[in-house]
Amino acid sequence: MSTVATVPEGTVNPYTLSHLDSLESEAVHIFREVAGEFERPVILFSGGKDSIVMLHLALKAFAPAPVPFTLLHVDTGHNFPEVLEYRDRTVKKHGLRLHVASVQEYIDAGKLRERPDGTRNPLQTVPLTEAIQQHRFDAVFGGGRRDEEKARAKERVFSLRDEFSQWDPRRQRPELWQLYNGRHAPGEHVRVFPISNWTELDVWQYIERESIELPEIYFAHEREVFNRGGMWLTAGHWGGPKEHEATETRLVRYRTVGDMSCTGAVDSDATTLDAVITEIAASRLTERGATRADDKMSEAAMEDRKREGYF
Amino acid sequence: MTTPILSAERLAATTLLRFATAGSVDDGKSTLVGRLLHDSQSILTDQLEAVEQASLNRGQDAPDLALLTDGLRAEREQGITIDVAYRYFATARRRFILADTPGHVQYTRNMVTGASTAELAVVLVDARNGVVEQTRRHAAVAALLRVPHVVLAVNKMDLVDYAEPVFAAIAEEFTAYAASLGVPEITAIPISALAGDNVVEPSAHMDWYGGPTVLEHLETVPVSHDLTACHARFPVQYVIRPQTAEHPDYRGYAGQIAAGVFRVGEPVSVLPSGRTSTITGIDALGESVETAWAPQSVTIRLADDIDISRGDLIAPADDAPAVTRDVEATVCHVADQPLSVGQRVLLKHTTRTVKAIVKDIPSRLTLDDLSQHPAPGQLVANDIGRVVVRTAEPLALDAYADSRRTGSFLLIDPADGTTLSAGMAGASFAAVAEAAAPAADDDAEWDF
Repeated sequence: MSTVATVPEGTVNPYTLSHLDSLESEAVHIFREVAGEFERPVILFSGGKDSIVMLHLALKAFAPAPVPFTLLHVDTGHNFPEVLEYRDRTVKKHGLRLHVASVQEYIDAGKLRERPDGTRNPLQTVPLTEAIQQHRFDAVFGGGRRDEEKARAKERVFSLRDEFSQWDPRRQRPELWQLYNGRHAPGEHVRVFPISNWTELDVWQYIERESIELPEIYFAHEREVFNRGGMWLTAGHWGGPKEHEATETRLVRYRTVGDMSCTGAVDSDATTLDAVITEIAASRLTERGATRADDKMSEAAMEDRKREGYF
Repeated sequence: MTTPILSAERLAATTLLRFATAGSVDDGKSTLVGRLLHDSQSILTDQLEAVEQASLNRGQDAPDLALLTDGLRAEREQGITIDVAYRYFATARRRFILADTPGHVQYTRNMVTGASTAELAVVLVDARNGVVEQTRRHAAVAALLRVPHVVLAVNKMDLVDYAEPVFAAIAEEFTAYAASLGVPEITAIPISALAGDNVVEPSAHMDWYGGPTVLEHLETVPVSHDLTACHARFPVQYVIRPQTAEHPDYRGYAGQIAAGVFRVGEPVSVLPSGRTSTITGIDALGESVETAWAPQSVTIRLADDIDISRGDLIAPADDAPAVTRDVEATVCHVADQPLSVGQRVLLKHTTRTVKAIVKDIPSRLTLDDLSQHPAPGQLVANDIGRVVVRTAEPLALDAYADSRRTGSFLLIDPADGTTLSAGMAGASFAAVAEAAAPAADDDAEWDF
């Protein structure tokens, strides 16, 4: 290679980036590409760790100017109160604008029907896609990571969605070098995943390195839970537990934040970031395998939901 | 189980290697990938259980590790890999992003996709078959994309009695071929992915082999380059102008350094306008620094308030690229619709997208024997060919050989936004370019 001379072995190269610096730089590049090429981008923000990291990266990418994006939260109506409190506080702190699409409002208006199993995660698709159409968002940032799930491993960083928000995995644009093609017709939009290449462990290490504040439910605490399908669910107004399900107080924490009806807690005594990282590095279960019931519905559950417009 | 549990500090200090695998359908690529993931403890219990369950449902006796990587319904139904999948694993020394690319002949574009961001490519060969057409095709794509390191993994050594002469002959043939294309570094490793020889653990069956295992090589291959030898390039992505009480006059040019090193105090040119200024500050995501290098995302401030916007390129005043509207390049055609002479397209180069027209397609390359077909008129999916493109506005374009980042571009269909072709400016193969150098006078005749 003519000009890319490799540093001789044994010498210390001053131009080395740690893996976290490489991932951060790549994500910032993606945020800035969207700011440069789209009219109305929005960041999906749930108050979960991945969207918190996304917001942190966006803040760094445009500093000292404000983040040039609004935020959108699809509220299932069964969210953890601590997370909603964190969401609102963060939005206020950074002077951002938050749109909320409410699953509960759709149910109350008769536009969505509660599922027999009570889980509301799949119900988010309709309010999400309608909010995108209504606000004419043309780029929608999601915190999806390719390590989460086998269908997500096939996802592009820039993922074109048609006017119905559908994903067609067989018609994806090849993604070459760092040249992201965001061209789309009116009515279509692009889902953008700046932390595609991060793993769960990367996210946690980055949170520690950057001293990013998280909702308390990510750390071990005593909580009233009951067991359903092998998962510890939090008792609450969403409809659990049923009569035959007994609650108990356990020391737990959450690895993901989602709808209370299908997001399980894990037994843990990790109260600090260090302890959480040690726990995750040793865990033999994936984040979703440990705590998400909705991915287990069928072998291709995530692909099917993504085809319909889920994030 | 080779990976010890690491402290947070140790984990944060590791570097990142992006690599791609290439191999024909039956060369054992899935087995190799499966073993790398498995032995680095990257397959977790619930994933393995899901694969076991799915394999059982299909009536298979053993867990089919390909189900780990074949994430799409269509792939699992047909038992083939259609699309690139990205995999993540880590050892104590390094974190890895693996672009797992399908081996089918008709998916050359997928190998191009995987190789475009890779610093290393693993080319798999079946020891019983040796170097075949598909092997040459993979070597050519790696050379074309200028992947800095190539590993030849001679697999299924267990089926040739772990015989050194078999390995030596294949390694010699491949190395000669790849070197003729200008592949800068080739490492040949005899393995059995199935038996686990030389993948993660050294083989007990091949004491004649003194080199590294595949994983050892992946862990130690140098990923950082001597950037002082590279032409520094900074495509402007976005202009940051807060216009707030706190920062009334801040004006910074945000971007990711594409190549080389930039320093405060350095005189720079802005292209394509050619205006000059001096770097007064570099902000590296919240921290003010004196020096920054590729691939850091930074914000550069200049002494003069000159007209700079997205799509401009900042380069050292004494080392700026030439500006041109005539692009000669090799492209890999990635779309189902063809690319034809006379076609109007968009050309996306770094942060700049301009109108362009395909003036000529002088030749199409046959990867099997690297022969060229003159004037094919058009390129279809998975074709690789030379093109001449005229752009509506000038571009600060480097040769791809000098910079993968500022020498690459996309051709896009202006009607529906489809990515048509992946382009690499300048000569196709390093070795051919060097051979062509003495005859520089008539280099317009050179295609491959």
